[in-house]
Amino acid sequence: MLELTEEEKAILNSELATTGDKTALSIVVKAAEMLGAKRLVKITSSHIDGCLYHGDSGVLFCENLAKNGAKAKVPTTTNVGALNFIKTNQAKLSSEKLQMAQRLMDAHINMGCTPSWTCAPYQIGARPKKGEQVAWGESNAVAFANTVLGARTNRYGDFLDIACAVSGRAPYYGLHCDKNRNAEILLDVTDLPENVKGEDTFFPVLGSVIGRLAGDRVCAVSGINKIASEDQLKALCAAAASTGAVGLVHIIGITPEATNLPNVFGNERPKEILSIDMDMMKGAFHKLSQTKQAGKIDCVALGSPHFSISECKKLLEVSEEKDFKVPVYVCTNRHTAQELKAQNIYSKLERLGVVFIIDTCVVVTPILPGSGGIMMTNSAKFAHYSAGNTGYRPIFGSLADCIKSAQNGYATLNYGPWK
Amino acid sequence: MSWCGQVLYSGTAKGTVLRLEAPISFWGGISPDNAEVVLENHPQRGLKITDKILIVPDPIGSSSSAAILLELLYAKIAPKGLILGTNKDAILPISVLVAEQMGWNTIPIIAMENPTFKSGEELEIKTDGTIHSI
Repeated sequence: MLELTEEEKAILNSELATTGDKTALSIVVKAAEMLGAKRLVKITSSHIDGCLYHGDSGVLFCENLAKNGAKAKVPTTTNVGALNFIKTNQAKLSSEKLQMAQRLMDAHINMGCTPSWTCAPYQIGARPKKGEQVAWGESNAVAFANTVLGARTNRYGDFLDIACAVSGRAPYYGLHCDKNRNAEILLDVTDLPENVKGEDTFFPVLGSVIGRLAGDRVCAVSGINKIASEDQLKALCAAAASTGAVGLVHIIGITPEATNLPNVFGNERPKEILSIDMDMMKGAFHKLSQTKQAGKIDCVALGSPHFSISECKKLLEVSEEKDFKVPVYVCTNRHTAQELKAQNIYSKLERLGVVFIIDTCVVVTPILPGSGGIMMTNSAKFAHYSAGNTGYRPIFGSLADCIKSAQNGYATLNYGPWK
Repeated sequence: MSWCGQVLYSGTAKGTVLRLEAPISFWGGISPDNAEVVLENHPQRGLKITDKILIVPDPIGSSSSAAILLELLYAKIAPKGLILGTNKDAILPISVLVAEQMGWNTIPIIAMENPTFKSGEELEIKTDGTIHSI
């Protein structure tokens, strides 16, 4: 049975709370009952997935909340929207849809959200500390917050995220609770060759394998004996949350709650131990490409999750300032774009043939020309969603291969250990 | 035959089963315009989920899936009921809570471990979470 505090009961009953606040809390309460939570937990931040336009229904709901006085009670960032506010002509939506997408984004601003429009809020300073209770949406951001930051959130879907932000509370269940953060299965990569673990593509490919094996279970990964960069962990989390319903991965020796193996399993034995071998990894690598043609490509898409400053620097460095023959779409947030401009990187990349997509990305809203083509990408998440959402068939490869392919105008892959 | 599942959202429904044979994320997997399975390489690509008792043994992927289901409910092209293989996240059930708040159609959502229903079966879902073959 769900027990509410006096304060929570007062919000649900009192005339003091706005109708919007009451609606938000009553959704959180009903969700808590549905999930079998015994109480709600106060949160310190929220990240809203529901600001991306998928149809009029979401707009009507959010406008209704905003109109009725709902206001975010905790610092709240917004995920990508369907519009690029900075280059407004990029999204090829009908004028009706553009208007609805704009109304949805406005409703969130009216509710007091910070207009960050990014799937990587952790790149722009939204970084809850280890143990902090938060309510985040956007599957990659959820996996990143739990895995890399050690903060505590479930996979909040659209609407429950804004309801949590407005009520400042979330149902206390799942990954908010200590015991549910223990791993159930162990994936061991010790036997993979060290040169594979050094590949640019290792983390997204491993993430795809993790998602398929773990499903919605918390898993631990052992056998990565080197420092992993934040961009690599971002790629792993995004991939795992695309192929599976992964909310938390403990990487032994790397992520904050994974100091040692017994700890991660709550001093119990793993329910399942799987050794990841090269065949599984190769299978996952090749599955990320959905075309056999090794010919002409139409574009390169980078930045799912949003490309970071260090990734943009690497792009500039590896390209050796040689022009691209096909457009290279770099999807990122306005904060990163501003920093790139300040460091004089933005215009250099544009001169090479980079098309920046700010506040959104090429897979969530129609930006790519025509009804389909071949897209090369180093993002497992783009590779997973591209064909269904855009009609573009992906070819997956390293950043270096993406750059070389863009410079040649045709897929140029150095398969290395993935042959 | 009858079975008992956990009620995530109570309601009644009667209809033909469509069982998703491979994991799917509603966002990226189901078109909000016509309720068709659009995920590349999905064995059921091209099928519509409208008016079915939809069995989703493994809901995966994007947290935007709630928006897709809400849009299907709003456009009256949603399944008649959902039977999920997990009760761990509220991504799909939340859409029905929102639909209720807005006064739109709602559908029953039941969670049960390893639902074994096959496509083509006729089922009835009752408000208490019992499922009956008809």
